[in-house]
Amino acid sequence: MAEEVSRRPYVREMGWRWIFRHPRYVRYMLREFSCLFIGGYTLIMVWGLKQLAEGPAAWQAFLEWLRSPASIVFHAVALGFALYHSITWFNLTPKAMPLQLGEDFVADGLISGAHFAGWAAVSLAVLYFAGAF
Amino acid sequence: MSERAVELEVLRYNPETDREPHFQRYSVSCREEWVVLDALNHIKETVDPTLSYRWSCHMAVCGSCGMMINGEPRLACKSFLREYRGVIRVEPLAHFPIQRDLVTVIDDFMDKLARVKPYLIPKHEKPLAEGEYRQTPAELKKFKQYSMCINCMLCYAACPEYGLIPKYIGPAAIALAHRYNQDSRDGGRDARQEEIAATEGVWECSFVGACSEVCPEHVDPAGAIQQVKIKSTVDWYKEHLMPWLKK
Repeated sequence: MAEEVSRRPYVREMGWRWIFRHPRYVRYMLREFSCLFIGGYTLIMVWGLKQLAEGPAAWQAFLEWLRSPASIVFHAVALGFALYHSITWFNLTPKAMPLQLGEDFVADGLISGAHFAGWAAVSLAVLYFAGAF
Repeated sequence: MSERAVELEVLRYNPETDREPHFQRYSVSCREEWVVLDALNHIKETVDPTLSYRWSCHMAVCGSCGMMINGEPRLACKSFLREYRGVIRVEPLAHFPIQRDLVTVIDDFMDKLARVKPYLIPKHEKPLAEGEYRQTPAELKKFKQYSMCINCMLCYAACPEYGLIPKYIGPAAIALAHRYNQDSRDGGRDARQEEIAATEGVWECSFVGACSEVCPEHVDPAGAIQQVKIKSTVDWYKEHLMPWLKK
């Protein structure tokens, strides 16, 4: 039998610097952080509903707050994150749901394109029911 | 043939003498068309015979020479020196313990690979006299890309989830389990689900997607993992909402 070789493996600590090892990890963390802004937006909506239930004065105060610079900046940033998350997510859909018709797989662009088209249709429907047209 | 002066900074670790790894710089003259593995072989032959690393085929088939090259998991045999400017930093694959120099301890991956049963488990055994298990081109195409995996573990070095949660089964093992699950001749999905549909299986994945980006064979482990997530979710709903469907 061969002589026993000493094994003393060295384990490297991972730390947090991996985020900056490659741009893909920064992009990934941005997508993860988008939940904070989308969560914040949802809380504002819930708060708005509460103000609506409390009466016209409270609702008016809420609308005033929505027009404040802080609110506008937050909504612009939240919209940016929501778009970033949605677009990167829809671009990944061909990986999660490949479709094989006969021998070949449907082109990635068709699968993500169908999701983008669905997104546009639902957005238009929401705008329609909100009275935008 | 033209030569180029190359500086390599290689992470060294000798378990018998070193408390922790350190970088060692080598300045060597290399041929223009060489890859990083050629430079390492040149150093070992002419400068420092103690330098340790794994390699075998030199043609991106064996999957032995995976290492971090300027912070990115790469096959050293597929990384041309001319792609790099300045000092080339070579380290062992991230997220694996270092055995010595660029050699990592891969026992964890080997164990996980065995756990997902990466081999055909026939639906029904049939006698040889009945002939081969036949497959159409469409059935082959359904899993073929996943069968290109060479077990080089670059995807594990790219995956932050594996680095943070070492119990995670990880990209290559799940992609190989998926490869057999997708095979029309296979009937072993239930046995594999115990490993890959568990918390430490696909559900540790948060879809960073780095595994698919670094794969030298263009396998898409990230895609395989998401497909397993969807199928496992459908399984869960069928089991809990439609128990009468259970065989």
